[in-house]
Amino acid sequence: MNQALQDIRGDFPILAGSDLIYFDNAATTQKPRQVLDAVVNYYNTQNANPLRGLYGLSVAATEAYEGARETVRAFIGAQSASEIIFTRNATEALNLVAYSYGRTRVKAGDNIVIAVSEHHSNILPWQMVARETGAELRYLECGPEGQYPEEQIDSLIDERTAIVAVAQVSNVLGVSLPVESIIAKAHSAGAVVVIDGAQSTPHAPVDVTALDADFFAFSGHKLLAPMGIGVLYGKETLLEAMPPFLSGGEMIEYVTREDATYAELPHKFEAGTVNAGGAVGLAAAIDYLTDIGLEAVAAHETALTARMMTALKAIPHVSILGSDDPADHHGIVSFNIEGCHPHDVASILDTDGICVRAGHHCAQPLLAHLGIGAACRASVYLYNTEDEVDRFAAALENVRKELGYGS
Amino acid sequence: MDLKSLYREIINEHNLHPAHKHDLEGATADHRGVNPSCGDDIRLQLKIKDGVIEDAAFVGSGCAISQASADMMIDLIVGKSTEEAMTLADGFMRMIQGKADDAEIEALEEAAALQSVSKMPARVKCAELGWRTLGKTLAEGAAEGEGHQPHC
Ligand SMILES: Cc1ncc(COP(=O)(O)O)c(C=O)c1O
Repeated sequence: MNQALQDIRGDFPILAGSDLIYFDNAATTQKPRQVLDAVVNYYNTQNANPLRGLYGLSVAATEAYEGARETVRAFIGAQSASEIIFTRNATEALNLVAYSYGRTRVKAGDNIVIAVSEHHSNILPWQMVARETGAELRYLECGPEGQYPEEQIDSLIDERTAIVAVAQVSNVLGVSLPVESIIAKAHSAGAVVVIDGAQSTPHAPVDVTALDADFFAFSGHKLLAPMGIGVLYGKETLLEAMPPFLSGGEMIEYVTREDATYAELPHKFEAGTVNAGGAVGLAAAIDYLTDIGLEAVAAHETALTARMMTALKAIPHVSILGSDDPADHHGIVSFNIEGCHPHDVASILDTDGICVRAGHHCAQPLLAHLGIGAACRASVYLYNTEDEVDRFAAALENVRKELGYGS
Repeated sequence: MDLKSLYREIINEHNLHPAHKHDLEGATADHRGVNPSCGDDIRLQLKIKDGVIEDAAFVGSGCAISQASADMMIDLIVGKSTEEAMTLADGFMRMIQGKADDAEIEALEEAAALQSVSKMPARVKCAELGWRTLGKTLAEGAAEGEGHQPHC
């Protein structure tokens, strides 16, 4: 194991001294003391309503909040902090783009291209935009391992494509989508690209500028930060031209009885009192992850994933969804056991102190496309261990017996 | 009873070898019940004559708890009047919500073992599916319809 990851378990109060095997990291991650302390410290020493301050404490709160924005900017390689908008989560970030950009820019006869493997949070907003504008919603269809052929990307995206919205990493298969070629094709067709980075940002370095993404969304809680803080990156030129998503306090310049002018970016898109404590927690989480190094995190996850896949393949009746290559899973291993409903599997594993997700993973179109009703998903992160993987595999081996089968 | 014992001693048998999972000829009432989040999907069929459930069966698929619960339910309601069956279905729903009294729970016979599911919010809908569908079937008489429970 990487040196930097050797002793980190003690940083996570919920895991320290506990036997619980937490394998639901794709849903949300546990929080290290460093993040929790940063949030508490903000409330203990800096808390006031940011951006309104005429006094020192509010200035301190504003500095903490805007400092967090700068940390996020550097983390994802944005050019300017005014391109970083704090939201509640990835879902809100995606909705912001759909409401503010999609509804105002997409016209009848246009099309919106998304992938069949998208999370519902990157499907429903586009269904809404298509419905309201009369645009066509098109789906990129993946193969059984989640692979998207280049020819399809070339043929589906055309000169009437207004928006392409895809995840960088699938939350069910863990596989990377070919976002580089999708972005290149979309830009050559004059479309803007929205990248859902909810499952990629926690596991690999992101550079939105190199990627040339127009919009990029992610959630803090999936990368060690508190719940309730997420991020939308958008290119400044696009954000400038968009109307606000929500309106009210903190996002205006001047208000008369009839009208208002809006604040500058990014505050135009941050109506109402902000989640400063959450933003500070997110910055602390980013610092924590970058201290360890996302490359080291990814290497650790791939090693655990490889171990898990090898163990699961040796268990009769277990089938793994997606690619055969552990490096193509981003810590996510979805699987099924023949004859056993995933919810029953999760319940049995729960009695062994193992937390896995089971169900449709908010990706029903993908599961329908793959011809499966539901699946179990084990997902690892930097604090998981080889020993946990071994105990998980041993428990899984008994599940069919617990559910009444001879073997 | 802990969950593994519940599976071992009761659920597995009803799930893997259900007594009532088949098509019912001459059914007078028929209703579909679905848990979209889990993919549990059953079709309950009843043969009602003179206010008495003469026979019942179900077909479909889903998790072990949903299938076993429906099978146990049918064990219990065949031969009962529709009013009695309705009272039992109400009692089961109340038990799962943690509101039933001892008499109501006792009346459920073997299905009373599912009481512990009330402490597992994610599985409550699975256990309820058959009973909810029964309630809908009886409430609507012979009319066809669907009982859906949305999620996520
Ligand atoms: C790929 C993907 N997109 C979007 C989301 C939505 O994230 P959140 O619920 O934090 O808004 C998730 C997480 O569940 C996800 O995995």
